[in-house]
Amino acid sequence: MSIEISRISKTFGKFTALRDVSLLVPDGELVALLGPSGSGKTTLLRIISGLEQADEGSGAIKFHGNDVGGSAVGERGVGFVFQHYALFKHMTVFENIAFGLRVRPRATRPTNAKIADRVRELLRLIQLEGLEKRYPTQLSGGQRQRIALARALAVEPRVLLLDEPFGALDAQVRQELRRWLRRLHDEIHVTSVFVTHDQEEALEVADRIVVMNQGRIEQQGTPDEVFHQPANAFVMNFLGQVNLFHGRVEEGKADFGNVALSPAANTGGTGGQKASLFVRPHDLDIRKTPEEGKPAMPATVRRVQSAGPVVRVELEDALGRSIQVHLPHERHRLLKPVPGEGVFLVVKDARMFVDDFSI
Amino acid sequence: MKKIRFKQHSVMPGFGLTMGYTLFYLSLIVLIPLSALVFKTATLTWARFWEVTTSERVMASYRLTFGTALLGAVVNAFFGFIVAWCLVRYRFPGRRIMDALVDLPFALPTAVSGIALTAIYAPNGWVGEHLEKWNASGLRGSLEAWYAPVAGWVRGDNTGWSSYATGLVPPDLEIKAAYSQLGIIIAMTFIGLPFVVRTLQPAIQELEAELEDAAASLGADRWQTFRRVIMPVLFPALLTGFGLSFARAVGEYGSIVFISGNMPMKTEVTPLLIVAKLEEYDYAGATAIAVVMLVASFVILFAINLIQWWTGAHKRA
Amino acid sequence: MAQAVPRRRATTPGGARARNTPAWVRWPLIGVSFGFVGLFLVMPMAAVFAEAFRKGVGVYMDSLRDPDALSAIWLTVLTAAITLPLNIVFGLSSAWLIARFRFAGRGLLITLIDLPFAVSPVISGLIFVLMFGLQGWIGPWLKGHDIQIIFAVPGVILATLFVTFPFVAREVLSLMQEQGDDQEQAALMLGASGWKTFWRVTLPNVKWAVLYGVILCNARAMGEFGAVSVVSGHVRGRTNTMPLQVEILYNEYNFVAAFAVASLLTLLALVTLVVKGVLEWRLAGEAQDAEESTKGITA
Repeated sequence: MSIEISRISKTFGKFTALRDVSLLVPDGELVALLGPSGSGKTTLLRIISGLEQADEGSGAIKFHGNDVGGSAVGERGVGFVFQHYALFKHMTVFENIAFGLRVRPRATRPTNAKIADRVRELLRLIQLEGLEKRYPTQLSGGQRQRIALARALAVEPRVLLLDEPFGALDAQVRQELRRWLRRLHDEIHVTSVFVTHDQEEALEVADRIVVMNQGRIEQQGTPDEVFHQPANAFVMNFLGQVNLFHGRVEEGKADFGNVALSPAANTGGTGGQKASLFVRPHDLDIRKTPEEGKPAMPATVRRVQSAGPVVRVELEDALGRSIQVHLPHERHRLLKPVPGEGVFLVVKDARMFVDDFSI
Repeated sequence: MKKIRFKQHSVMPGFGLTMGYTLFYLSLIVLIPLSALVFKTATLTWARFWEVTTSERVMASYRLTFGTALLGAVVNAFFGFIVAWCLVRYRFPGRRIMDALVDLPFALPTAVSGIALTAIYAPNGWVGEHLEKWNASGLRGSLEAWYAPVAGWVRGDNTGWSSYATGLVPPDLEIKAAYSQLGIIIAMTFIGLPFVVRTLQPAIQELEAELEDAAASLGADRWQTFRRVIMPVLFPALLTGFGLSFARAVGEYGSIVFISGNMPMKTEVTPLLIVAKLEEYDYAGATAIAVVMLVASFVILFAINLIQWWTGAHKRA
Repeated sequence: MAQAVPRRRATTPGGARARNTPAWVRWPLIGVSFGFVGLFLVMPMAAVFAEAFRKGVGVYMDSLRDPDALSAIWLTVLTAAITLPLNIVFGLSSAWLIARFRFAGRGLLITLIDLPFAVSPVISGLIFVLMFGLQGWIGPWLKGHDIQIIFAVPGVILATLFVTFPFVAREVLSLMQEQGDDQEQAALMLGASGWKTFWRVTLPNVKWAVLYGVILCNARAMGEFGAVSVVSGHVRGRTNTMPLQVEILYNEYNFVAAFAVASLLTLLALVTLVVKGVLEWRLAGEAQDAEESTKGITA
C-alpha cells in the first residue's frame, strides 16, 4: 500500500507546523521522517494516521490512490505505535493485543479461538511468548514497545506508523530493537513510516529518509543519498558531525581564509555571497609536513582521545577556531600526534553551500 | 481563508453529547437558580440595596465575620504549618492517624462539629469548665496586671479594628469560649485546618533537601535556613492555604450557629444574618446581603488564584 | 480555582531528613501538633460519643429508634441515593468534555464547576428559595399546580445536588488530564467505537477517581446542613435530614438524642476518612503509572 501526500499544510494557531508538504511512500518500504523537534515530523505522521487533520483545502492524502482524507481514524487501516506505547494498563498483554479484534462489530468479529490464535502468532513474531498474562506495568520498556507493535499489527493494518518508537528506551535496548524492527519489516513488508530525531537510527533502519526542518521537507532519498549527497547545509549538518567554516564566494572562487581547498565546492556563486564550508571530521587528514605544491592548513593539536572506534583529535587553527578530526587507528599509530604539536590539515572532501538560509 | 472555529478539531468522539448534557445539567442545577438571585437583586433600587447592606446590624456582622475568619485563618496558618511540617518531615508513632484525621473537619457534617464544639466549650464542658474555674480564681488579677499594657493598647479609643478587638479580649479578661466571639473563632479554626495543612504538605514535600544542605554548608544556622531559605519557598503555599481557610470560614454556617449564641451586633455572623432575614420573610434583604457575600468570596478566590498564577509563573521563569 | 477538598497526595516523608533534625526541635513540634490536633479534632469527636452515651446504651438506642429519627435517616439515604448517580453521570460527561476537547468557553466551564465551593451554603439554599418559593418566579405557578419544591423533599434534593455536583467531576477531570488521551487514541485507531472506547478504556482507567469523588460527594450529601436547612422548612418526620434532626433535637435541649443521631454521622465521617485513605493510596499508584509511562523507562 503506497502513501501519497500532496501539498499538505497545517497550522496550530499562529504556529505553522507543515508548509506545503508533498511526499510519496512506495509500497512495502520502511521510511524514516527525520528532523529536530518542531520540524513537523510528528504532525505529518499524525495527519497520515487521521489523528490530526490538515488545514482545510490544503491538498490530499491517498492510500494506494484512494483519498482517505474524509475517513475516520478507525477506518483507514492504519496501525499506530505511540511514543509512550499507550498500552491499556488495566488489561493483560493478551487483552491488549486482542483489543482491535474484540471491538469489531459482531458480524466481522473473529471467534475467541481465532483471536487467541492470532494473539499467539503475534507473540511469537515479537518473541514474547509466555507473557500473555502479564500487565503492562510488569514489563520492561523494550517489551512494552514490542507489545504496542503487536497490538497495532493485530488488525492487519495496510500501513504501520511509529512515533519515535525508541525514544523512551535506554541506549542499549534501543540498538537491539532497531535491528529487530528492521528484521521484522523484512519479514512482514507492511508499508511503514517512523518518526525519529536520531540520524543514526534513521540511517541504520530506513529504506528511505525524509529530512524535515521547520515544516518543510529538506531532502528525501536513500540513506546513502542523504548522507553522501546532502542537498543543503541543514541536511549536511543534521546528519553527522561537521566542521563549519564561513567564507565568501568571489567570481566563482571560494575564499575561506586559510582553509586550503584543492578541488572543491558543489555550488557556484556569483559575487560577494557569504558561503559555508562543511567538512566531516573523517574527511580531514593530519600531516606532519605540508606536501609540496598542495594546499595545507597549519593547526595545533589540543587534545587526542583514542578510546573508541576512531581516534578523535581536537585542533585549533591560527584563527583560534576549534577543528575536529577523526583518524583511523592505523593512521593514528603512524602519526602519534601529541597536544601542543604543530601539524598541517588536508581536506580530503568538503561541501560548500552558498548561504541562503541560516541554520 | 481560515474559518474561526468554536472548537478545535479532535478525533475524540462525543463532543456534542457531553457538551449537551453538561450544559443541560449545569443550567438546571446552577445557572437558572443563580439567575434568580440576580433578578431578585434587580428588583431592589440602588438606594434600598445600599441601605440594607450597610445597616448597623449588617455592618457589625461583616466586621465580626471577616475579623473572626481572619483570626481563625491566622491560627490555622501557624499551627497548620507545624502540623504539616511534622507530617511530612518526621516519623513518629501516630503519624498516619494524625494525617488521616486532618480531613475530619471536611468529613464531619458541620452541624455535628457545631454541637460537639459547643459541648466542649460550654461552661459545663470539658474545656469550658476549666475556663470557668480559671475565671473565678485569683490568677486573673495577676495576669491582668501583666496583660494591662496590651489590653490598654487593644482597647484604645479609636473605633474600628481595635474596638472589635476589645470584644475579643474583654477588659476584665473573663474568658468565655462558647456563646462568644472566641467560640466563633474556634469553629472557624476547626473547619479551616485541612486547607492549610493540605496545601502546605505537597509544597514541603517538594522542598529540596539539598537546598537546606546547601544553606547549612554555607554556614547558615538552623533559624537562618528556615527564615531565608525555607520560608520564602513555602510562603505562596502558606498564603494559599490561609486564603482558602479564610474563604471557607467567611461562608461557614453550620458549625457556628450552635457555638456563637447568635446575638445581633455581637455574635451574629453574616450567613446567620441571612438566615435570620429569611425567617422574617425579608427575602429582598437576605438576597442583598447574599450578593455582598458572594462578591466578597469571589474576590478572595480571585486573590488566591492570582497567588497561584503568580507562583506558577515564578516557577516557570 | 480553589480546591474544595484538598487531596492528600502520597506522603512519603523524607525519613532521611528526620535524622538531621535535633530532638529538641523535633519533639516539641510534634508535641504541639498532637496538642493542636487533639484539642481541635479528636476532642470534638470524642465529645459526640461521650454525650450520646451519657445516659447509657438503652437511651441511646431508643433515641435512634424514634420515628422522627428513622425518617431523618431514611431521607438522608434517599437524598444520597438520588444525588450520587446523577453526579456520577455529570462528572463523567463534563470531565470527558473538558479533558478531551478544546473549545471556546472551556475556562468558564471549569470555573462554573468550582462555583459551589465559593458559595456559602446558606446562599446555595437561598437561590432555590428565590427560584421556587412562593414569592419567586415559578412559585405561584407551582402552587397553582399543587407542586411543592421548597419546604419539601425536592428542594432538599436540589440544594444537595447544587453543593455536591463538583466532587466527581473534579476528581475524574484531574485524573483524565494527568493520564492524557493516548490510550483512547490507540483504541479508536484500532477501530473501537466511541462507546466501546469509553466503556473499555476510559472508565476502567478512571474508576478509582470516580469512587473517590463518590465518597466525598456522599459525605457532603449526607452531611450538608446550611443549604438544606434553608430549603427544608424543618418539617419533622418529613423534610428533616439527619443534620437537621440533630439541630432540632439540640435546640429542644434533647442533647442525648441529638448526639445519638450525630454519632451516626460521626461514624460515617470516620468510614469516609478510612475509605478516602485507601483510595488515595490507589490513586497515587495510578498517577505514578501515568507519570512512569510518559517519562523514560529503563528496560
